[in-house]
Parts: sequence; C-alpha cells; structure tokens
Amino acid sequence: MEIVHVYTKLRSEFGRQCLFSDRPAELLVDVSPDPNLALQFIQKTRRDQAMQASRDMSEHQVNTERFESESRGINHLEGGWPKDINPQEMEQTIRFRKKVEKDEVYINSVLQLGSIMEHCIRQNNAVDIYREYFEDEDEVEENQEPPSAKTINVFSDPNELRRTITDLSWHPDGARKLAAAYSCLEFQKSCRGLSLDSYIWDIENPNKPELTLKPASPLVCLDYNPKDPHTLVGGSYNGQIVYWDTRRGGTPVEVSSVEQSHRDLVYKILWLQSKTGTDAFSASTDGQVLWWDVRRLSEPTDQLVLDPCREGNLDRAFGAVSLEFEPTMPTKFMVGTEQGLVVSCNRKAKTPAEKMVCTYEGHHGPVYALQRNPFFPKNFLTVGDWTARIWSEDIKESSIMWTRYQKSYLSNACWSPVRPPVFFTVKMDGTLDIWDILFKQNDPTLSLKVCDDPLYSLCLQDNGRLLACGSQGGGATLLEVCSGLSTLQKNDKSLLAAMFERETKREKILEARQREIRLKERSRSEQSREEEGGPEVGDDSPHQLITWTEKDFFSLVEAEQRRRSEREGRGQQETAVCEEREEKNETTSAK
Amino acid sequence: MAEVEETLKRIQGQKGVQGIIIVNAEGIPIKTTMDNTSTVQYAGLLHQLVLKARSTVRDIDPQNDLTFMRVRSKKNEIMIAPDKDYFLIVIQNPSD
Repeated sequence: MEIVHVYTKLRSEFGRQCLFSDRPAELLVDVSPDPNLALQFIQKTRRDQAMQASRDMSEHQVNTERFESESRGINHLEGGWPKDINPQEMEQTIRFRKKVEKDEVYINSVLQLGSIMEHCIRQNNAVDIYREYFEDEDEVEENQEPPSAKTINVFSDPNELRRTITDLSWHPDGARKLAAAYSCLEFQKSCRGLSLDSYIWDIENPNKPELTLKPASPLVCLDYNPKDPHTLVGGSYNGQIVYWDTRRGGTPVEVSSVEQSHRDLVYKILWLQSKTGTDAFSASTDGQVLWWDVRRLSEPTDQLVLDPCREGNLDRAFGAVSLEFEPTMPTKFMVGTEQGLVVSCNRKAKTPAEKMVCTYEGHHGPVYALQRNPFFPKNFLTVGDWTARIWSEDIKESSIMWTRYQKSYLSNACWSPVRPPVFFTVKMDGTLDIWDILFKQNDPTLSLKVCDDPLYSLCLQDNGRLLACGSQGGGATLLEVCSGLSTLQKNDKSLLAAMFERETKREKILEARQREIRLKERSRSEQSREEEGGPEVGDDSPHQLITWTEKDFFSLVEAEQRRRSEREGRGQQETAVCEEREEKNETTSAK
Repeated sequence: MAEVEETLKRIQGQKGVQGIIIVNAEGIPIKTTMDNTSTVQYAGLLHQLVLKARSTVRDIDPQNDLTFMRVRSKKNEIMIAPDKDYFLIVIQNPSD
C-alpha cells in the first residue's frame, strides 16, 4: 500500500518556469600579456616532481650489543674435593670415600643406575647397532638405458670427385687423429681427375684434414705403427708399399720398388711385432703375402704364396683380401681369401709348404674382414657374403656361431676392444650394426643407418667408445657408442667363455657324428662292393641301388612284423599266466 | 653395602666391560676399577660432558631430562648413567 502525501502550492508562489535561449558569445574582458612584466620572471627548468599522498617514513638501522662467548676447556686434575680434605693425602681421601659409600642416597642411586646400565650393556652385547651391512658391495649400475650410438662428426672428402674410404686407422697414442685411405675400388672406374691423396684428420677439426698424404697411386689400406705413432705404412692401388713419417710431411719417405711389390692392389697391410718395430706384412689379391722391413722397401724380406696345393704356384693361388695378426701370438697369422676360405698360417715354419697350417671354409664370397677376439684369441670373427661368422681355431669344419643372412652384403667388422661379446659390422646399405652376442644372437643389438652410401671400412678406437666408419661417398663418420656397450660388465668374460665352449663342443660333437656317418658309409659301401664282387668303385649304378634299397626295405619291414607278432604272442602268454595266477589265488583264498 | 658390591661385580662380569667409575656431583671418583690417572681423566672430562648434555636437553624442553648417554668411539663405548647426585660410568668394548 503506498503511502502518499499530496501537497499543493500555487504556481504564482514559486515563480515562473525557466525559459532558456541561445545567444552569441560576448567578450567580457581581454587581458593581453605585458612583455615588461615578463622580465621580472625567470623561466625555471622543467623537472618532474613525484608526489604521493602517504605517511612519511624513514629507515634506521640498529645493532644489538655484542654478546661475547668463549669456549674454554679445563683440564681436570684433581679437584672438587671439599675444603677440609687435602687431595694429596691418601688417608683423608680414602676416609671421605668410605663415608660416601655408607650414605643411603649413594646406595640407592648406585642400585638404580646399575640396573639401567646393565640393561644397556646387555643390549650392546646382543646386537651391534652400528654394524655395517652390505659393505664392500660396489654399486652395480644397471644400465637400463637402451643401447645407442650417436654421430659426433663427419669428415668428408674435400675433393670434388669423391672416392671411397677403403681403410681407417686410429692414431695409437690417445687417438686424436684418424688416418683414412681413399681410393676408388670399382673396376676400371678411376677417371682422370681422381685425386690420389689420402688424409689424416684431427677429430676436432672436420673441415680440413690435418695432413695430406701424397702417394704415387691411391692408397687402398694403411696402418699406424703401434710402437711409433709418427709412422704409417700404406698399400696402394698399384701394389706398392709406401712408408710415411708424419714429421716429414705428406710425401712418402720410402716406396717399395714396383718389380718387387704385389702385382695387384694391396688389400691389407699390418705392422708386426718385432724388436726393431719396423716390420710389416701385406696381402694382395695376386695371391701373395709379403713381409717388409720399412727401412729397406726395395725388396720384401719374405714371401708366401697362398697356393692350396702348397707348391708356391702363383697361378693357382688364392687372392688375399684380409689379414689378421695378433701381437700376443706373433708366429701365427691368418689370411682371408677371395674364395671364401680363411687360411691359418705359421710364420716360423721351416718349409713354405708347412707355412699354411689349415683352412677354414664357410663363406660364399670373399672374406672381407678377419679379426681375433682380443679377449679370447682362439676365437675369431670373419665377415663375407651376407653373414658374419665366429670360429674357433680347433674346429675346422664350420664356424661355431653365425648370424642370419642379412639383407645386404657385409663389408667389414671388428670386435670391441673393451667388451668381449660385442662386435660391429657395416653393410653395403649404409648401416652399422652392433652385435652383443650375450644379449641377443639373432639380431643386432643396435642397428644404425649411418649414411645412404655403402659403408666400406670400420675402425674402433682402443677405448671402445669412438668408432669411425668410411663410406663410398668419401665420408668418414665418427660415432660415439653409449657407455653400456663400451664398459666391461662383470660377467662378460666368463659368460662369453662359457658360450664359446658350448658352441665349440656342439660343433665337435657334430663333427664327430659326421665322421662316424662317413665311416659307416664307407664301410657299408666296401661291404656291398665285396658282396657284389664287381670292380665298380664308389657309387653303384642306379638299378643296383634300387634293388638293394628294396631288399633292405623289405627285410626291415619283415623284421618289424616278426617282432610285433612275437610281442603279441608274449602278451597272450602273459595274460594266460595272469589268469592262472588269479585262479590259484582264488582257490587258495577259498581254502 | 653388599648389594652395591654385588651390583658392581655383576656389571664387571659382563662381556666386554673394561672399567667402572662412580663419580659424585662434584666430580670426585668414589669407586673405580681402573687406575688412578685414567679414572681422574674420565671423571673430569665426562662430568663436564654430562652436565652440558643435560643442560642441552633441558634447554630444548624444560620438562625433559637426560636419562642415559652413550659415547661410541672406534675402540670402545663409554656409557654414562646420570643421577641427581652421582654418575655411573662404564667403559665397554662392544663385542664384534
């Protein structure tokens, strides 16, 4: 309900309404500035003044008075005795002590304290609470991270016409430098403008090689001297051996004479272990292995022709594609041939015929890489065709372990110098495979595509972490392997030794079985030959074979049938015997 | 009196116990099983240590009080049981 109050007021009482109207502006006052007055003033410089409407405050600092404290120690000799007792006098002290001992408070305290103390003493005797458990256990860092390798640098051929990197060698001291041999291995493809140089790279500087080696013909292989890091020896395309001293620059110090060198390109050259440290040996597809003393490269010191008939006939010799030498076994070395055989040789044999000790057959194509396991020298790794194979020296029939047939050709391989079960292979499709045979045997543990060109060479540094691989396009890629694959694990050696032993044993058993079967065949064929009395040596004619097999088959079937019928007969007899026995039991029980 | 002796003998008989000292509030060794020099040394040094420890405990919490102290060192363990007027100190070689 609205409360309304109405009040009235007459219009005449409060005036008329306002009526507004417009009218133009009217100037009222105009005061112009007086210049004379301006002289009395000075213009102030403009400045900014900040203002704030708040309370004024000021800042003060206060420091309290220093409280000096000092730590002091007292050496307690003898004191605390009450005033009347002289500590020096034995009598008085003893009397005092006796008095205290008679005190009630003393007795009660001691009894109480004694029980607490006993409890703690017993605790101590029961358990040593400060004992170190699990001491001396090294923290086993389980490397849970997946294996990896990453590219650090790529050193590419500075020339326009790129050549393949056919060999790599690390500098022996600290491995800061990498020597790479460049040549074009494709048959008759070396064109006019192809550069003959090979380079030594410093791994820190991928832009420009540290030293250019200028041989007369492109280098196919090279090797740093492990004893003297300044010297290198290389094998070239035309079969000559070249010797460099890096202190003297890029021109070779000495070159072997053309007549005495290899007739074909030198595929591999290695330094030997000798007192003078100047011996090297090289292998080539012309079928020879030559030994050199680098002080006198005019002629080789020794020669071996890889003739399977051991006659030294060059025409029938196998071409050598890889060499292997282990400094711990200086008299033995191995050669991998183009024919897929690995020949194990003895340096110290008296006659050349005895130099070739034995051969290992297994590959379908040339054995491009050959290396002994640095931890287990009896086992070596070979690579050729599409597989990598691991062999044991004792088993000559076949390799003890091999990989599956890969999709592309394997061109090089080497063991890891740090971890015994790890080895690296490179393939023609540009991939690098890292195999860890203790972890996985069917597939590589890590497979990396390094580049699009086929990879030809591979070399690992002595610490096992850095590896360099060379491609057809002239690029050397430097990779770092993850720590899991380059640090020695605890059980590596023992597990790998067990694995090799197992596989070797298996092969031995298989070999023995094969031999047995062969012997049996031979004796059987001899027997059949005697029976028939014919002078046919070896295989019988097919007709006779058929009749013989038929006879054999029927005799076997008849024998089996006879055996079956016998068994049935025996079974019947047995059931008959059982029945009789049952009857007997019944009769006896009935009684 | 005989009980005190018996208690002390029992403690002495435990495995590893090297010595016992009973010290009064002023730091005077009342009863000991060790030679005089070491007794005096132990008594003097440990007396101060216990007083400091006790004052620390009481400073942190005035309702609290020190009941027992063990000082474990490489060669042995010193155990001190404090009381209002007396301390019982035992030196033991932990058995291990």
